[in-house]
Amino acid sequence: MASGLKHVGARIERREDGRLLTGGGRFVDDLRIAGTLEVAFRRSDHAHARILDIDVSAARSCSGVVAVYTADDIEGDVRPIIAQSRMRNYHPTALQILAKEKVRFAGEAIAAVVAESRYLAEDAAARIEIEYEPLESLVDPLRSMAGDAPRLHENTPSNVVVERTFARGEVEQAFHNPPVAVRERFRFRRKAPAALENRTYLADYRGAEGFLTLYTSTQVPGIIRDALVDCLDIPGNRLRVVAPDVGGGFGGKTSLYIEEVLVSVLSRKLERPVKWTSDRLEDLTATSHGFDEIVDAQLALDDEGNFLGLRADVIGDVGAYSLFPFTAGIEPVQVASFLPGPYKIDTYQGRVRCVATSKTALGPYRGVGRPVSTFVMERLVDMAAKRLGLDPKALRLQNLVQPEDFPYKVASGIVWDRSGFTEGLASACDAIGYDALRSQQEQARREGRLIGIGMATYAELTGIGSRLSASPGMPFNTGTETAHICLDSTGGITAKFGVTSFGQGLETVLSQVVADELGVAIDDVTIVQGDTAAVAHSTGSYASRGAVMGTGAAMLACAALKERLLRVAGLMLNAPAEDVTFAQAAFSAPHSGREISLGELARTYYSRQGAIATDVKNELGELSASRMYDPEWGTTSSGTHIALVEVDPETCRVKVLKYLLAGDCGQLINPRIVEGQNHGGVAQGIGAALLEEVVFDEQGQNLTASFMDYVLPSAVEVPRMEQVHLDLKKPNTLGGVRGMGEGGTIGAPAAIANAVADALAPHGCEVTELPITPERIFRLLEGARHQN
Amino acid sequence: MPFKKRIRVTVNGVRHERSVEPRLLLSDFLRHGLNLTGTHVGCEHGICGACTVLVDGRSVRACLTLAVQADNAGIRTIEGHGNAQSMSALQKTFKRCHGLQCGFCTPGFLATIEDMLNKYPLESEGRIRELLSGNLCRCTGYQNIVDAVLMARDERAQAEPVNRQVEKE
Repeated sequence: MASGLKHVGARIERREDGRLLTGGGRFVDDLRIAGTLEVAFRRSDHAHARILDIDVSAARSCSGVVAVYTADDIEGDVRPIIAQSRMRNYHPTALQILAKEKVRFAGEAIAAVVAESRYLAEDAAARIEIEYEPLESLVDPLRSMAGDAPRLHENTPSNVVVERTFARGEVEQAFHNPPVAVRERFRFRRKAPAALENRTYLADYRGAEGFLTLYTSTQVPGIIRDALVDCLDIPGNRLRVVAPDVGGGFGGKTSLYIEEVLVSVLSRKLERPVKWTSDRLEDLTATSHGFDEIVDAQLALDDEGNFLGLRADVIGDVGAYSLFPFTAGIEPVQVASFLPGPYKIDTYQGRVRCVATSKTALGPYRGVGRPVSTFVMERLVDMAAKRLGLDPKALRLQNLVQPEDFPYKVASGIVWDRSGFTEGLASACDAIGYDALRSQQEQARREGRLIGIGMATYAELTGIGSRLSASPGMPFNTGTETAHICLDSTGGITAKFGVTSFGQGLETVLSQVVADELGVAIDDVTIVQGDTAAVAHSTGSYASRGAVMGTGAAMLACAALKERLLRVAGLMLNAPAEDVTFAQAAFSAPHSGREISLGELARTYYSRQGAIATDVKNELGELSASRMYDPEWGTTSSGTHIALVEVDPETCRVKVLKYLLAGDCGQLINPRIVEGQNHGGVAQGIGAALLEEVVFDEQGQNLTASFMDYVLPSAVEVPRMEQVHLDLKKPNTLGGVRGMGEGGTIGAPAAIANAVADALAPHGCEVTELPITPERIFRLLEGARHQN
Repeated sequence: MPFKKRIRVTVNGVRHERSVEPRLLLSDFLRHGLNLTGTHVGCEHGICGACTVLVDGRSVRACLTLAVQADNAGIRTIEGHGNAQSMSALQKTFKRCHGLQCGFCTPGFLATIEDMLNKYPLESEGRIRELLSGNLCRCTGYQNIVDAVLMARDERAQAEPVNRQVEKE
C-alpha cells in the first residue's frame, strides 16, 4: 500500500484504460435492465410550421408498440423548463418536451413511440401522420432580426432574445481618425460537437419506492438531477442521476435535453425502464450546436502599433431554444466578453445580440465563445501588422498584458490572473524556430509555393468559483465542487467526487492527487464519480473546471481526513496527535517503538471492540471527510499556437505541415493527459478552421446531417503536434492547477486562419470566414485574379 | 411473426446459433443479441468506424453488415482481443501511448489496426494515417493512436522478423 513515489506530475498510465480497451466500458447503451422499452421519435420535417393534426392511430396498432405519446398525452406530467438568467434584456423561452402547436426547427420531436425494441418503435414512428402549415423559415439571423420577421416565440418582444453591451473608455474618441485602423466582417460557421457516443438516456422508475434512476450520457449529472427534481416533482433523495462511462461531450452534453426528460416521464408513467439512444442523424440535428456568429470588428492603433481601441458588433445565431441551464446567451455573449483577449486594451465596446432562428439550439461547445473571439482578434492583429509592416510576433509582444500588469482587468470586466502571456508567445516562437521558419517561407514563396505561418495567442478563464457565473447571469452556484474521502473498516480508501469524466481521464488524475495527499499507492484509491448519490451537490464537468475544482476539493478533504487519522493514531501510539507522523501509509510517533499501517488503524478503529474509547468514537464517527472547494475568481490559462500550412493552388486544399503550442496550465498533474487534451482540442480546432460546417438550406433543412456531409478531421488532416509546457509561478488555486481542456480548440482556428491568410498574402486575399474550405479558397483566389 | 432466418456464427471462439430477422444489423446482433457491448455504434452509416469488428480476419463495419451475412463466419469483437489482465500487444501499446480518451471509438480502431498490421508493412507514418482515416476519433487528435501503431508494428517486426506475413496487393 505504501508509496514513496509522487504521483502528481508523473506520466502515469490511465486507470480507465483497462476496461475501455477490452470492451469493458459501461456506456449508457451498454447497460441492461430487464424489461426495458425503447423510444423512437417522430421529428419535424419542417423548420418552422404550425402543427394542424397528428394521427398516431396506425402507429398505436403496430406490432410491439406499448404506447405512443404526443404533447397532449404528457400535459401535466412535467413542469415547464425555462433557462433563467439575471441578464438584462434576456428573454427566456421554454423548452418543449414534445412540440405542441408549433415546430421551430427541422428535427424537433413531435411524437414518441415506446415499443419492445428500437426496430419496432421506428417502424411505428414512420406511420405517424402529421399535417403542417408551413411558416417562414428563419434561417438567416439578419433576416430574423428584421422588424417584419415573424416571431419564433410568441412570448418574446422580437427574435433578439439577448442583447448586451460591454464598454470601457472613450471608444468614439479612439476611433476618431486613428493613425491606423483595421476593420472587417468575420463569419464563423456553425459546428456540431459530434461526440462519438451519441446521447443516450435510460430511465428506471420503481413505482413501489417512487424512486427514479436516470442513466445518462451527460457531463453534468448534478445539474440534471436538480432540474428533474423541479420539473418532475420527485424529491432529490428519490432521484438519482448516473453518468457512467461517457463517450465524449465537448459541451454538447452539458444541457438538459428534452429526450432526457421524456424517458423519465415515460418510465414513471409506464413503470418500466425506458431507453432512448440517439442515432447520428438525430445527433447532428438535435444536439446543441456551437460557434455561429457574425462579428463586425475594428481595431485602432497608433503609428507605433500600440492598440488604441477595439470595437465589435456580434450577432449570434442561437437557434430555436434557450437551452437549460446555460441559456441562449452563453456562446455569443462570451465572444463579446472575451474579445480583447490577452491584450492590453483600455478602450473597448462590444455589443452582442443573440438572434433566435428556426435551427437547432446553440449551446456550449469546447472553448465557448473564445474560439470565435480569438479568431477575430488574432485576425485583426495580423491585418494590423501587415498594414504597419510589422512582424506579427512583435506586434503581439508589444500589446500583450505584460508580466507586471497582473492581475489585469479586461475592459469587459474579466480579471486575468498572472499567467504566461508573453512567455508563452516567446517560448512558442523559440521552440518552432520562428525566424528560421520565416526564411524558409521566403524561399518557398520564391519557388511559387503558397506557404503560410500563423500564430494565435489566447487567454482562458478556468476553474471559476463562486464570484462569477459559468454562464452570464445564471442564477445558481457553479463555483464549488465536493470531494468525500473515506477510509473503510478494511483500510480501503474511496474518494467520491461530483466532477465527472467524459473521457478526460479524471479518474486517473483525481487518484494521483488523493494518493499523494494520503501517501498511498494510486491503486489503493477507488474513485467514484458521475453519480449524484456520491456527493450532495455538484454541477459536473465543463468550462475547464474539473481538474482545478476536483483536485482542490480532494486536497481539502484529504487534509481533514488526515487530521482525524492522526488523532486516532495518537491514541493507538500513546502519543499526542501533533507528534504523530504519517508517511508511506503508516503512522509513527517518537519513542513509540512501532508503526501502524493504515489498514491496521482502520481495523482497530472500526472492528476491534474496546480498542478506542467510546466517547472518542462517538465524537469522531466515520473516518471520512467531505469538503467543498471554491476557487472564487478562478484562474487564467494561456497559450500560443503556431501553425505552418501550405495551400495547394490546384486543389485549394490546405495541408498543416507543422503545429506547435506553448501553454501555461500551472501544475501539470499528468503531462500525458495534458498533452492528449491538447492534441484533441487542436484537432477540433483544425476541424473548425478547415472542414466542419453545419449547413442549412433556405428552408432550414440541415444539409449536413450525416458524417458524409459533416466532415470531422481524420488522421490524415491532423498533423503531429509539438508542445511546450511553461514552468512559471503557479497560480493560487489549491495545487497550483489551471484548467486546460479547452485551450486547443481556442487557439487552433485562429492560428490556422492566420496561416492560411499568410499563405494567400501574395494574392492579396484575407481570411474572414471559417471554415476556410477549398471552395472558399478557390473563390478568394478567383476574386483576386479578377481584381488584378 | 416476422420472417426469421437461422444463422450460425462463431464469436470470439464461441459458437452461436440464432434465428434473426434479415434486417438485423450485425452491430445490433452482437450488442443486443449476444450482449457483446464492446462493439460501439457511432454513426450507423459506415463513416466513423466505431463498430468495426473482424469477420474471418478482415475488418468489417458491423453497422453496414446484416447479421445474416455473417452466417457461418468467425467473428472477433473487442472482447476477444484480450482482457484487462492479459491484453493483446496492441491493447498494451494503446495504453502505453495514451491512445484513447473516452474509449468509445477504441474497439473499432483496434480491429482496423489488427487488420492493418496483418496485411501491410506500414512503412511510414503517412501510410498509417491514410489507413486509419476510415476510423474517426474526436478526443485524441490521432497522434497517440499513430504512435501506438508504430510501436505495435516495431514490436511485431522484432518478434517475428521472418514469418511476417505481408500481403502484397
